[in-house]
Amino acid sequence: MISNLINRKIFTLLKVQYSNMLEYRVEIALWAISGIIPFFMLNIWTNNNLNESINISDTLLSRYFLCAFFVRQFSVVWVVFSFEEDSLMGKVSPYLIQPLNPFFRYFAQHLAEQITRFPFALIIAFFFFIFNPESIWIPNLGILLLSIVSTFLSFLIQFLIQSIVACLCFWTEKASSIERLLFIPTLFLSGLLAPVVSFPAYVKSWIYLTPFPYLIDFPANLLSGNETNISGGLIMQILWILILFPLFKKIWSEGTKKYTAMGS
Amino acid sequence: MNLRKYLKVYKKFLHTSLASELEYKTNILVDLITAILSLVGSIFLLSIFFQNNGYIGGWKFEQALIIQAIYTILNGITNTWFNPNLTEIVKHIREGTLDFVLLKPIDSQFFISLKKINPSGFLEIMLGFLLLFFCIRINQINLNLSFLTLSFITISCSICILYSLWFFISTTTIWFVKTWNAIEVLRSFLYIGRFPLSSFSFTLRIFFSVFIPIAFITTIPSEVFLGLSVFWKILLEIIVATIFLINSRKFWLFALKFYSSASS
Repeated sequence: MISNLINRKIFTLLKVQYSNMLEYRVEIALWAISGIIPFFMLNIWTNNNLNESINISDTLLSRYFLCAFFVRQFSVVWVVFSFEEDSLMGKVSPYLIQPLNPFFRYFAQHLAEQITRFPFALIIAFFFFIFNPESIWIPNLGILLLSIVSTFLSFLIQFLIQSIVACLCFWTEKASSIERLLFIPTLFLSGLLAPVVSFPAYVKSWIYLTPFPYLIDFPANLLSGNETNISGGLIMQILWILILFPLFKKIWSEGTKKYTAMGS
Repeated sequence: MNLRKYLKVYKKFLHTSLASELEYKTNILVDLITAILSLVGSIFLLSIFFQNNGYIGGWKFEQALIIQAIYTILNGITNTWFNPNLTEIVKHIREGTLDFVLLKPIDSQFFISLKKINPSGFLEIMLGFLLLFFCIRINQINLNLSFLTLSFITISCSICILYSLWFFISTTTIWFVKTWNAIEVLRSFLYIGRFPLSSFSFTLRIFFSVFIPIAFITTIPSEVFLGLSVFWKILLEIIVATIFLINSRKFWLFALKFYSSASS
């Protein structure tokens, strides 16, 4: 009964948000294009033969960066910015009255955006294969499913981290600058610009304990067929979600007590 | 007399926007940490590239650092002036408040490009200069008058090109209303400016010098610093910068003809 209700709510939210997102196709296409940095990085790597020193062939490296692009496309999160705007405009108050945590709304928004984004990402991949025909490959079904799961887990980790930061809006109004700060380690350590295997040893010794390599490097390695510890990676992803979720619940309940309805 | 009027107005702009930005003091601190981390991150990335290679696209590590320094300075300028103002254009057009700007007895492009200022960008500019001085020392560059003039000219041209690029995209808002995603695309392309142009493949090099002249923005000033610059390149940069500036002006005046206000 209860699960049925939740299902219906989530389904309705998704449907509403999907039709909302379809209105902004051009914007989402532009978002997709703005994620092509991994391809520029690939160009630097292969053009200077940098991959020889880390023992990854050209083909595997180009697959890695393509997968990094894909994983990034489906794990982009912007809760902080939405929540900050809603909180500054006083839109959070009506959401709080509803018998549904407002973050479900944002969650549905993100999922709907990903569905809208999918065809654009495929088009970009298509162009990538035209320029790099030798890197075409078909991952087997098991690996494909596992990498979809791990991409989703990566999305969940980032969604939880950003939701925690977003809750800081209850205290400081401008939480987005904290998010911009957190984005820097995500950018450089997640494997978006360089695969984690290429990092110097003094970084590799501690980086696997942080959530960063599991955001892009792990799912991308998995999907592209590069060497990676599958079970270890998935366990670490789930572990981080288990750590972050209670933290989010705690800060949410503290924050809503502190809430003073801005803009009304 | 006209110039004096504009200077006086600009002083007022500075005063009001500084006063409002300084309301968020912790924000400025967070932004400073972000700027430092982002510089550390990109030097880290650069060090990965140079791990087993002495040269990237013919540049040594110490020389490539100059590009990072110039990029940081320009990024600081972008964050101080271009970003806060030109994202405001989108808001003006969406909410129809551009009417008020157009009615003022002052040049609308001047008003719209310089109204706001974000003081945390200053820290990034200073950070860039610190790195630049460090680079001048480790590369043993002799400071003399002709060198200083040349570097001043090239960096000013870079600023003009950068401004025009931002302004072009923001102006298109008059037709497309919501183009802040296009700004994200520009941002991701500008990221290329962190690396020497010669480290990319031939097609990308052509693309980044003809279609989006990012090549001119950081590589040519850095070459001036290293004494590698050729006269025609500097001349070309001056020409490109002039063309961009004049066209940004023309484009703005052209676009205004199509402005039909919102909600009226």
